[in-house]
Amino acid sequence: MKDTVEPYVTEDGRQIGGILMEMKNITLRFGGVTAIEDISFDIREGEIRAIIGPNGAGKSSMLNVISGFYNPQEGEVWFRGEKRPPMRPYQVARLGIARTFQNIALFDGMSVLDNIMTGRLTHMQRGLFAQALWKGGAEREEVENREAVEKIIDFLEIQAIRKTPVGRLPYGLKKRVELARALAAEPKLLLLDEPMAGMNVEEKEDMSRFILDVNDEFGTTIALIEHDMGVVMDLSDRVVVMDYGKKIGDGTPREVRSNQEVIDAYLGVAHD
Amino acid sequence: MTAQASPTGDLRSIPALLARNAAKYGSKPAYREKEFGIWQSWTWAQAAEEIDALAMGLIALGLEEGDSVAVIGRNRPALYWSIVAAQKCGAIPVPLYQDANAEEMAYVLDHCGARFVVCGDQEQVDKVIDVQQTVSGIDQIVYVDKRGLRKYDHTHMNALADLQAEGRAGRQRLEPILRERQDKLDYDSTCVMLYTSGTTGRPKGVVLSNRNIIETSKNSAEFDHLRASDEVLAYLPMAWVGDFIFSIGQAMWTGFCVNCPESETTMMTDLREIGPTYFFAPPRVFETQLTQVMIRMEDAGRFKRWLFHRYMDVARRVGPQILDGKSVSFGDRLSYALGNLFVYGPLKNTLGLSRVRVGYTAGEAIGPEIFDFYRALGINLKQLYGQTEASVFITQQPDNEVRPDTVGVPSPGVELRIAESGEVFYRSPGVFVEYFKNPDSTASTKDPEGWVATGDAGFIEEGTGHLRIIDRAKDVGKMADGSLFAPKYVENKLKFYPNILEAVVFGNGRDRCCAFINIDLTAVGNWAERNNIAYASYQELSQNPRVLEIVKGHVEEVNRSLAEDEMLSACQVHRFLVLHKELDADDGEMTRTRKVRRGVIGDKFGDLVTALYDGSSEIYTETEVTYEDGRKGKIRATLIIQDAAVVPVQSRQVAAE
Repeated sequence: MKDTVEPYVTEDGRQIGGILMEMKNITLRFGGVTAIEDISFDIREGEIRAIIGPNGAGKSSMLNVISGFYNPQEGEVWFRGEKRPPMRPYQVARLGIARTFQNIALFDGMSVLDNIMTGRLTHMQRGLFAQALWKGGAEREEVENREAVEKIIDFLEIQAIRKTPVGRLPYGLKKRVELARALAAEPKLLLLDEPMAGMNVEEKEDMSRFILDVNDEFGTTIALIEHDMGVVMDLSDRVVVMDYGKKIGDGTPREVRSNQEVIDAYLGVAHD
Repeated sequence: MTAQASPTGDLRSIPALLARNAAKYGSKPAYREKEFGIWQSWTWAQAAEEIDALAMGLIALGLEEGDSVAVIGRNRPALYWSIVAAQKCGAIPVPLYQDANAEEMAYVLDHCGARFVVCGDQEQVDKVIDVQQTVSGIDQIVYVDKRGLRKYDHTHMNALADLQAEGRAGRQRLEPILRERQDKLDYDSTCVMLYTSGTTGRPKGVVLSNRNIIETSKNSAEFDHLRASDEVLAYLPMAWVGDFIFSIGQAMWTGFCVNCPESETTMMTDLREIGPTYFFAPPRVFETQLTQVMIRMEDAGRFKRWLFHRYMDVARRVGPQILDGKSVSFGDRLSYALGNLFVYGPLKNTLGLSRVRVGYTAGEAIGPEIFDFYRALGINLKQLYGQTEASVFITQQPDNEVRPDTVGVPSPGVELRIAESGEVFYRSPGVFVEYFKNPDSTASTKDPEGWVATGDAGFIEEGTGHLRIIDRAKDVGKMADGSLFAPKYVENKLKFYPNILEAVVFGNGRDRCCAFINIDLTAVGNWAERNNIAYASYQELSQNPRVLEIVKGHVEEVNRSLAEDEMLSACQVHRFLVLHKELDADDGEMTRTRKVRRGVIGDKFGDLVTALYDGSSEIYTETEVTYEDGRKGKIRATLIIQDAAVVPVQSRQVAAE
């Protein structure tokens, strides 16, 4: 691989490992529209990586490429040192990539607990028959999975709503439940699509705290898309900046902030 | 069982009680905590082992006899253990309010000279680290929940579980030291130091000895026949003396089980799951529960609503009598039994109060209808009156002698005295040793004979021997004819009506009482909406004739109930007005804890007070108000002054016939 960089240590003393995922010259088109044009970047193990850009820059498309929802026309996706063939989303999930959605995608009628349990799907081996009859270790498996889920409930401090149907929850809590479900899969790579959208200041602070804690406690690598620049600059180790489907910046928050092209894209620039 | 030398025999310290419990109730649950969705439990034997391990770990870490150990966090078994472990080491546990800000915490940590601080989680650790910048004495931090703390500098910081492991590893070396220290504990060694919240001035450290705690626990446990099979839910702040007595004193004395909720937010669910048999809650908790029940009933179907109201009427009529073991007709008993099947039983279960044998409320006045609601359901809810300085108990209501307007008879071992001024004094085995490092305050509160001033005025009811608290002593005055003036007592009576938010009663040194009333915008607004009464502002609503009519009805009802009271019949409200603005802390009319500042209000609205007394029927006034952003403005209003009917005191005998 061409730009294998040595493991590095972040400003706050976290050890960042080698490359976990690498996007090589990705181009994604919808008919005549080019959503992503020749973008390359990597995500390192243990890192919080942000993708930012103005509306319509192609951020969500990029996340969908990572999560296997879209297959790019050109370019390669490398995950854990191997080239990833085009995959269905469930296959990507089995690889250890979990995500949350910009417009919450939970099962409204189900309880918080059951919703998070669905995140354990990739960890359940027993067949339909065994599950239905509650035989052949199905019970033991359920108990193990429930334990894992309870740890996450404790971690995200949502004990009080464990049995509440998700449909009855306020927006900020739904976001947290979605994060819990993604965590339940014990992912290697966690993708967050605008985790702070529509939240008030306090909810944003809580969510930031949880993202940092997830990264710290479980060592989960996180890639996130976010509009709130303050949040992005505080949370992330490295930032990719996109505009009109192209990459216009990549580096630490400080580097990105002083990049003229990025400033222009965000503040607008006078065209003659 | 108890020996002759002292009322509690050899059991002269909390660690001694723990040893007894481990031997006597070894396999019975002592602590439960809900974690990861499951109730984890520890038997007395297990708890004793955990506490030993922790105590040895603390010694290994350098805890000396006489050191202060601050404990900060929500109610968790590990924190209760660290209190007892500190006692075992000959150190003094100092539980702190976990919601205190860093500044308040700094004062207490500095004042008690804490060398060790045991924290529940990262949030508390962060505060203590903040405090360390100004307070130098803190040597070691111990924390329970490891989350988020991995990267902190651990040169002076340890996880509680790691400390226990260390203690266990060094058992052979540390156990003799621990035993030696524990053997030195006696009746007069300090059991705990608790800081009073301090509405006036700095918090004071109340030092309570083993004698205070153990004798009080013994007396009160026997008073209510508490037993080892009882269950309590520990959810009130650990720094509050009540929690210390219930969750440590009485728990250790009787050997009952202390259950810790999963988190602050799950308290109601956990309450339902545990179903405590012995339960304490401030009036606020009961009020909230009742409101929720009523709101949900409003949304219920017509049949359910009918059933609920039909049987609640029965319960209100005969429930309290049945609870007190009085005779009730067979028909009523049958209705009540049916009601219990259809309504009260399920309702109590939903509230988590099905198994409550002994329930207490204290802290502030509870509305009689709230109190009666729970009594009517068959819940043995009682009132007690106490203070930190008394190790809680001064008076409490015995079973079958429960009334909303008294706080009960003196607790066993407590002597009461009413001073000339009406102030209540008490003396008991529970009376505190001293205020830590504050001999002046100690001397002014406790006289050489051991009598302590409560700061409350009250009287002992003839015949029943029940104490009735009427007011804060400093607020009580005399009217022109020499009869007692107790404004807060009357105000509380008025405030029990949902429509009345605040009331201020005047009358000190005058010939009659008059009052300012604040209506509650939520309650009255709701009523106005339902009755198609249009209003544009709080001011307009407050002067609406129909609103005034309602308020007048409430005032007259209060007057009637005051008239039945020999001591306070002179406090009936003759005239009142409804204020055009809400009393507000921003305008200095109330304290931040929402207590009315009588003096400030009297001065500020001097013109209105004059109008109340000079007989005018309305008054024009201008009032300065401060908006939330700090700007000032004026509101102008013409207020209508209403006369309220009073019950003549002379004809009282006739009325009460």
